[in-house]
Amino acid sequence: MRRWPWLAIVLLATPALADPVTPPARLAYTQLRDPAQEAQARALMATLRCVVCQGQSIADSDASMAGDMRALVRSRIAAGERPEAIRTWLVARYGDYVTYDPPFGAATWPLWLAPIALLAVGAAVARSSFRRRAR
Amino acid sequence: MRRWLLWVPLALFAALLAVVASGLFKPADRVVRSALVGQPLPDFALPPIAPGKPGLSTATFRQGRPRLLNIFASWCIPCAAEAPQLLRLKAMGVPVDAIAIRDTVPALTAFLRRNGDPYDRIGDDRQSAVQLALGSSGVPESFVIDGKGRIVLQHVGDIRADDVAGIAAAVRSAR
Repeated sequence: MRRWPWLAIVLLATPALADPVTPPARLAYTQLRDPAQEAQARALMATLRCVVCQGQSIADSDASMAGDMRALVRSRIAAGERPEAIRTWLVARYGDYVTYDPPFGAATWPLWLAPIALLAVGAAVARSSFRRRAR
Repeated sequence: MRRWLLWVPLALFAALLAVVASGLFKPADRVVRSALVGQPLPDFALPPIAPGKPGLSTATFRQGRPRLLNIFASWCIPCAAEAPQLLRLKAMGVPVDAIAIRDTVPALTAFLRRNGDPYDRIGDDRQSAVQLALGSSGVPESFVIDGKGRIVLQHVGDIRADDVAGIAAAVRSAR
């Protein structure tokens, strides 16, 4: 068969490395000593989006950049910065996209008001149907 | 009984269908752009990483001449693909500096030997700290900085052959 040398080449080929070879940042996979600070950092990391892997929070992602973002969050919290200040710093650089806790604004008001509006509609429907039954 | 109410669910369904169909035919733009375009370059000072080449700091971008700031890494495959375009921009007279993300001296030296070296300076960003400060979401990315240190353009992804003219024009008009 003429095909098998090609098959051998494909099988012997090694995939190209497309990830950094440098070790992850110290605080990417290491918790802070102070449990209260670590809890603050975790709560913040769970609501920050990984900008490389987009569907995940930086707490969930193993991308190298998510590790670097976790290191940034932990080192700033260890230095005494407030979690909301870190979120604001990131939003100033990446836009609202980076936060999973979107602020109330021109683009997000339906998101915040729709549940209230739907609750009101549900209450109105329930009220009218209970009245009908009572009659 | 108001008979038109009967049509409301169908109308809602049609509206939902329209939303979904429009999303199918025109997918959302997933590119994460920096919010710093139009604003001054954040302050940073990075040590050198390539032998015989200085590191990179914000001061370089305030010398009155627009420059191209390339964010790259030796482990990034599209960065190798865009290298010829950076060499072309360099040949057109665009000064190019770079920030190397999570790189090592041997890997970077080999990358420059293999793909050519258009860079005046290369800063060593070990933990992507400056990359995060710039609002950059990956490698490669390129920023056009005017002579006063203000970001005027961000190019996300590798620079292809047909992007070269646009970037050169942005550098010219940033003068």
